[in-house]
Amino acid sequence: MKRSVFPNRWLPYALVAPQIVITVVFFFWPAFDSLRLSLYRASPFGDRLIFVGLTNFERLFRDDASLRSLVTSFVFSFAVTFVGLALALLLASLANAKIRGLTVYRSLLLWPYGIAPVIAGIIWLFVFHPSYGILPWLLSFVTTYQFNWFLKGWVAMSLIIVAAIWKQFGYNLAFYLAGLQAIETSVLEAASVDGAGPIRRFFAITFPLLSPVTFFLFTLNMTFSFFDAFALVHAVTQGGPGDATSILVYRAWKDGFEGLQLGYSAAQSVVLMALVIVLTAFQFRFAEKKVTY
Amino acid sequence: MARTLAQPATLAVTRARRWKIDWHAVTAHAILVAAVALLAFPLYYAFVISTQTLSQVTTMPPRPWPSTAIVANYVEAWQRAQMGRMLINSAIVALSVAVGKIAISLLSAFAIVYFDFRGKQVVFWMIFVTLMLPVPVRIVSTYQVMSVLGWVNTYWGLTVPLMASATGTFLFRQFFRTIPDSLAEAAQLDGAGPMRFLWTILLPLSKANMAALFVILFVYGWNDYLWPLMITNTPNMRTAVIGIETLVPRTSQLPEWNVAMAAAMMVLLPPVAVIVAMQRWFVKGLIETEK
Amino acid sequence: MKALLARMIALVAIAVVAAPSTAVARTEIQWWHAMTAVLGERVNDIAAKFNASQSDYEVKAVYKGSYPDTLNAAIAAYRAKQPPHIVQVYEVGTQTMLSSGAVYPVYQLVKDHGVTIDWNDVIGPVRSYYSSGGNLYSMAFNSSTPVLFYNKDLFKKAGLPDKPPATWDEVEAAAKKLVASGAKCGFSAAWPSWTLVENMHALHDQPFADHANGFDGLATTLKINGAFGVKMMELLQRAAKEGWFIYNGRLNKAEANMGNGECGVFLTSSAYIGNLTKASEGKFTWATGPLPRLAGFPQQGNSIIGGATLWVLKGAKPEEYKGVAQFFKYLASTENQAWWAGVTGYLPISNSAVKAMEASGHFAKNPQQLTAIKQMQSGKMTPNSQGIRLGNFASVRDAIEEQMENIFSGKKTAKQGLDDAVAKSSDILKEFAALYK
Repeated sequence: MKRSVFPNRWLPYALVAPQIVITVVFFFWPAFDSLRLSLYRASPFGDRLIFVGLTNFERLFRDDASLRSLVTSFVFSFAVTFVGLALALLLASLANAKIRGLTVYRSLLLWPYGIAPVIAGIIWLFVFHPSYGILPWLLSFVTTYQFNWFLKGWVAMSLIIVAAIWKQFGYNLAFYLAGLQAIETSVLEAASVDGAGPIRRFFAITFPLLSPVTFFLFTLNMTFSFFDAFALVHAVTQGGPGDATSILVYRAWKDGFEGLQLGYSAAQSVVLMALVIVLTAFQFRFAEKKVTY
Repeated sequence: MARTLAQPATLAVTRARRWKIDWHAVTAHAILVAAVALLAFPLYYAFVISTQTLSQVTTMPPRPWPSTAIVANYVEAWQRAQMGRMLINSAIVALSVAVGKIAISLLSAFAIVYFDFRGKQVVFWMIFVTLMLPVPVRIVSTYQVMSVLGWVNTYWGLTVPLMASATGTFLFRQFFRTIPDSLAEAAQLDGAGPMRFLWTILLPLSKANMAALFVILFVYGWNDYLWPLMITNTPNMRTAVIGIETLVPRTSQLPEWNVAMAAAMMVLLPPVAVIVAMQRWFVKGLIETEK
Repeated sequence: MKALLARMIALVAIAVVAAPSTAVARTEIQWWHAMTAVLGERVNDIAAKFNASQSDYEVKAVYKGSYPDTLNAAIAAYRAKQPPHIVQVYEVGTQTMLSSGAVYPVYQLVKDHGVTIDWNDVIGPVRSYYSSGGNLYSMAFNSSTPVLFYNKDLFKKAGLPDKPPATWDEVEAAAKKLVASGAKCGFSAAWPSWTLVENMHALHDQPFADHANGFDGLATTLKINGAFGVKMMELLQRAAKEGWFIYNGRLNKAEANMGNGECGVFLTSSAYIGNLTKASEGKFTWATGPLPRLAGFPQQGNSIIGGATLWVLKGAKPEEYKGVAQFFKYLASTENQAWWAGVTGYLPISNSAVKAMEASGHFAKNPQQLTAIKQMQSGKMTPNSQGIRLGNFASVRDAIEEQMENIFSGKKTAKQGLDDAVAKSSDILKEFAALYK
């Protein structure tokens, strides 16, 4: 669609200048520096810098821990995104009545978004604490199974997935609620008059009409779980037990910050970055086709 | 005669309709209340812990109701973590980042949508790419840049690097694209310059978006952890989420979770309050850009 | 009106007179550390005490996060040419610091600034860990060593005699009885790699890595998959399966289970004494004992230390280094050592401090603190027990603990797990060594 544009020659440059300057100085320069590092073997204090070409990447692909980390990341991200969105959509659909107090509910549901991942992690860590936490204590009445997340990888994984979904949930729900409320009831009524049952109506009409919201939330949740969930893992499980919760970004940080293996960590960042670019490109492609306005 | 006959029928219909609406609404309420309760439980629990004494925290079974040590814990947390100063710092960072980013991204989005200029695609992708590389990974290099500029342990250093991101530009770009072309055309026909157009037409239309962005950025600026930790050296420059760090009984010491939770409550209150207060704009602004 | 004016003038006059005179500005010394909560307050205390004791220098203690965070902050600052003067680095960072070329060795620092500290007075294990060529490179500050803790009340309930188990056979017997009598946790340990692998090897005079644990040159292979290492892990694997050993996480997460009275026998740092005292107050009684020994292997090694030391970074001004030297002199004084060790539970660094604490009756009141010291004093210094010095040690420890978790949960056999740990660590160690070829 050809848009109407203003004819000024120099003004646009001036307008984008602040953003570009900040982006270059505080993003590109440090980013290139970090990425350049992926081709080197670097000592922490900077006294040794040896060019090693693709050795770090070789090591990365050779290490079976990398593959596990990739799988862990995908499992985590997809669980958080799909389960989170499905639950939110389900609840929103069930609750989509013209009831009073929707705004009150919305505020009561949105607020976990404002909690720092660190704090969310700390709270859930305490809730799950094997000694002081209320959850293991409650579960001990139901089963003698030791939900020891220090030893059992799947328990630890469940812990961070729950914490992440919790944090994002209110946000997802609020958006779906708003999206549902925005759908013209006339469309749905017309469909029901046509003889479509509620389930058919949902999948044929509601869900497609919600696709912009779904797409938006999908992107947001995926980004969150790939990147921002770092703080969650850092605060709660530190990637363990073993490497059961070691998502890609955490592993990259750990090898760089705790392991002080800067080159190796930088290589992991490059791979992570490439992965996310591919994912995002995919999303945009997909969205272009499927999203209906 | 007909009326009396009609009445029971109408009554029946009305009753039936009333039944139908009631059920739906009741279920809806029930579900929402359940969701709210489930979501709120951890926070409620955290609050309860923040009011208990240490021995109450460490003895099982857990007491799920508030206790009396509330003042003691909060005062303790406030003093130990020097909350007053930290909260101010967090506020400065959150507000600066929010306002700064909104201003900058608004201008960029405007330029991208309403002008044609050489290198526009390049500019667009440059901005877009910033979403791809997470902070923990470029942090050491950014620190070096800071020290070159002399911004270590300053408010500049705390805020400006956080403004290098694309979310705002995207939001505004999406929104501007939904604005009918006719407005821009009309403005040009009227002989109004682009800045005039921006100021008098676009800006008022963008209010919801700006509010939404404000909420997102305020929360982000308030909750950011890794960067302020690196860039500040003195306690009086630290932000609140870091202040909490020193209280969390993680890799050491007494399980003083009660004090830690008290601090956590104080720190999470402002961003949550912002969300709650501005939630209508927040949702409106974000929904509109998705159209 | 006049009265008011007069009062105002008087107030101003008082304010001016009472205002602290900004005489000569003190030279500031930045000290970055990783101590939180109670320990953090003690750090502030000692800095404040030093500042009050003289008027030339002011030490600013800054909390920079966990040990890794603090180290990274120091590295970033150093690379940006704005390093702190003093940084507290954990023991696993020793080789990194030594190889970095960014360090001003402590023995050199004090010598250059006319301060004398009797290095021979520093207790053996601490001295050996942080020295190179017989000279101390970092200032001993908060060192500890693991000891055995046991819950007296749980022991009584299980019908066990009131004394700490001295061998692993005794630990097994005790733990089994504890579980039988209803204890939730017979035996557990914190800092898993440090207590159960590193210290056990050193205690039994077994090599941990080649090149004499890294003291004779950069280590490139671990030796923890030998007969001793495998036997130890097999014991623990069986213990976890039989239920008398509960694994409670890395770092010192497991301490929570000792502190709430669940565990009967527990291995962790001697520095835990302070917190355990507070946590157990009014709830249960406990005592300490030396680390248990494994039958069938040499019994005369020594435990190794953990904790951190203070390193001085290059790049500051001479007069600032003078202040650092003065601060270290202050820290090293017997009186301050005794105070610090007394309030924190860390080991007193010098033999004189140990004697002073004995003389003042401190150990009579706090007999548990003596266990660690006695353990160190009765051990023998051998190449295998002088300490461990590895490049990228943090990653190595991670690799070991990852496999330990696989072993404890039964996913791998002890031999397989240890072999994998050795293989992974070799990669990591060789990376580091390749930097300094």
